[in-house]
Amino acid sequence: MDVTPRPGYDEMTAADGRVRPHYAAYARWLAEQPPENMAARRSQAELLFRRVGITFAVYGDKDEEGAGTERLIPFDVIPRIIPAHEWQLLQRGLVQRVTALNRFIHDIYHGQEILRAGVVPAEAVRHNAQYRAEMQGLAVPGDVYAHVAGIDIVRAPKPGAPEEGEFYVLEDNLRVPSGVSYMLEDRSMMMRLFPELFRDHRVAPVAHYPDLLLQTLRSVAPPHAAEPTVVVLTPGIYNSAYFEHAFLAQQMGVELVEGQDLFTRDGYVYMRTTRGPQRVDVIYRRIDDDFLDPLAFRADSVLGCAGLLDAYRRGHVTLCNAIGTGVADDKSIYPYVPKMIEFYLGETAILSNVPTYAGRDPRDLAYIIAHLDELVVKEVHGAGGYGMLIGPMASRAERERFAAALRAQPEQYIAQPTLSLSTCPTYVEQGVAPRHIDLRPFVLSGRTVKVVPGGLTRVALREGSLVVNSSQGGGTKDTWVLEP
Amino acid sequence: MLSRTADHLFWMARYTERAENTARMLDVHVQTALLPQTDDGARRDWEGLLRISELMPAYTAAYGAVSARDVLHFMVRDELNPSSIASCLRAARENARAVRGVLTTELWEAHNQTWLELQRLLKAGEFERDPGGFFEWVKFRSHVSRGVAYGTMLQDEAFHFLRLGTFLERADNTARMLDVKFHGAPAAGEAVAGTHSAEATRDFYHWSSILRSVSAFEIYRKVYRSGITPERVAELLILRADMPRSLAACMEEVVRNLESLHNDHSAEAQRLAGRLRAELRFARIDEILANGLHAFLTQFLERVNALGTRISQTFLLPVA
Repeated sequence: MDVTPRPGYDEMTAADGRVRPHYAAYARWLAEQPPENMAARRSQAELLFRRVGITFAVYGDKDEEGAGTERLIPFDVIPRIIPAHEWQLLQRGLVQRVTALNRFIHDIYHGQEILRAGVVPAEAVRHNAQYRAEMQGLAVPGDVYAHVAGIDIVRAPKPGAPEEGEFYVLEDNLRVPSGVSYMLEDRSMMMRLFPELFRDHRVAPVAHYPDLLLQTLRSVAPPHAAEPTVVVLTPGIYNSAYFEHAFLAQQMGVELVEGQDLFTRDGYVYMRTTRGPQRVDVIYRRIDDDFLDPLAFRADSVLGCAGLLDAYRRGHVTLCNAIGTGVADDKSIYPYVPKMIEFYLGETAILSNVPTYAGRDPRDLAYIIAHLDELVVKEVHGAGGYGMLIGPMASRAERERFAAALRAQPEQYIAQPTLSLSTCPTYVEQGVAPRHIDLRPFVLSGRTVKVVPGGLTRVALREGSLVVNSSQGGGTKDTWVLEP
Repeated sequence: MLSRTADHLFWMARYTERAENTARMLDVHVQTALLPQTDDGARRDWEGLLRISELMPAYTAAYGAVSARDVLHFMVRDELNPSSIASCLRAARENARAVRGVLTTELWEAHNQTWLELQRLLKAGEFERDPGGFFEWVKFRSHVSRGVAYGTMLQDEAFHFLRLGTFLERADNTARMLDVKFHGAPAAGEAVAGTHSAEATRDFYHWSSILRSVSAFEIYRKVYRSGITPERVAELLILRADMPRSLAACMEEVVRNLESLHNDHSAEAQRLAGRLRAELRFARIDEILANGLHAFLTQFLERVNALGTRISQTFLLPVA
């Protein structure tokens, strides 16, 4: 099996071997570092992360004693650097894209003009399991649905001009995107390990993200709440992202609640406190729609709060993100996002989509099955790198299994060309070597749309691997946006 | 503050305190076991320890006969025993993890590090190699977590729930420790009159060990400047409000923290606590001993337990 990446785009070094200008200072510094110095700082970082308890739980995983399910997400000490002009482009593209996606969700739950105009096929919405009939005709504050969006972006060689590299949006995450705590913790770790680097680089700060998040959440409070009470709703300490929920609640100075802490009375939501019930106005919920309210959705859910949907529909509480945002981040909707941008904003999409073949289209399906060895096939509803086929790396048996699945349920799959994700120098066992990366910036939408400069850079630590998900052995890097 | 948050804080502090007191009690027993004594006496000692912690049935079911080695294993490592040091430190850390957002970073790190270090120590066999050193470490980590809480936390509700948990648990544990020691006393009450020199020596070790278990040996010397008698040991550990591990000192703290936490439903909890404190304030040790120390301690434990239940109903698990 050939796993050598096709000649690709490296973030630090151009094809002719020159170091790109925005990496020049870092490359000089790196060249002066004795290897043992880098190794020492890497183990220092691991020690610190473990002591701070920045871990994530792996579902169904046990250590040798059958107990600890907490793992560290590997942290790489070499930053991913983005120059100012590239970030300006990304930022404009992100704001444009998320604005259009929010307009789309609002439209779907109101007049459905985009369906009537035939821009997005109606069945892609109607047959979508993430479509929530409860939301039809419901007004939400500011018409905003996806208050927190994580947009996954990769860079790949530009067709026809491979040396240039182009950003592509790989996926929109509009339900409960996670990872922002790693963006923040990676930065504070880098500042602790390498203070000298921050003297030599003008790195745009990210630490104000929790402030922006709180502003965003408060800006969409129900009108009756002059001084809104905001809470973070978590499934609890066994959830893989629990650390992040606790971290964000702490950084915003709001309560971290579980479903059992909430109850409803007369259509309002309250939390149980040591001084009696206190009304809750905005819930930044980190649990899926299905678990929010056992009266309305899954009756067996113990994570939610009975009566929450009723309070929400009466406009007595704001849920962030809104219910039913999944209708817009589904992989079957993804191919239509550039057209959405044109439809709602009258603009051309700044960020490109990856060319996508839809299983539901018979011509596309035939193409997919004929080219399985060069495509990435994804389940429409899959997430986190599960249920995915990377054609060039897959065995014949795996490809045949996917071909059968495609024929049986073609509408459940899409396929994209295997992108050669850009690489970034990464500190691995053998020293510094290129590894594939992606980028997840976080876009906040309240009364205005904001993006902190940077995001979470994930890195596939195995040589040649294109899978960056933490559940599949990916790590993270600090992301530096250089100020002009 | 969320009731659930208060509940986690309260139990985080209680489990930390319990781990410390278990270490103290075991340490004394291990040291006593080094003194010459009959096998029967040694076994009675360990049995007393299990009985006072209400763990005899659980121990017998899992281990059968009482032996020093098995009791230590049961009380230190065994996670099936909810009161073992390993279980307590795990529970303290789990509670801390559930509310890490309301703890200062330093306090969370202190608990997390204790737990990580415990795994390492137990795996490396440090406890078996040097039990005394291990117990010292447990005590020290408890000092650290209390000190970090005191030195870094805002003195708000969260802080008061922590302190409430600490002192309610300590009141309970000190009372149990006294009970086991006075129960197992060579000839309680008469020891002071010991004319036989071997008996006097034995008594000295018995009473000094209980003082050492609560870090009170030097305090005793300072306060009484005389020989060690059971009456004074009892007085020091029950009634002296300036002795930080005495029942009186614990109840002073419980009352003080409850006052800071009062709400519309807390009158009964405050009454129960205030009454216990008042009785300790105005009691005399000779009266307590005349009516029987065991009876007094048994009743004290019941009342502390009732107070704990009332605190739960008032603050921690209110019905909506």
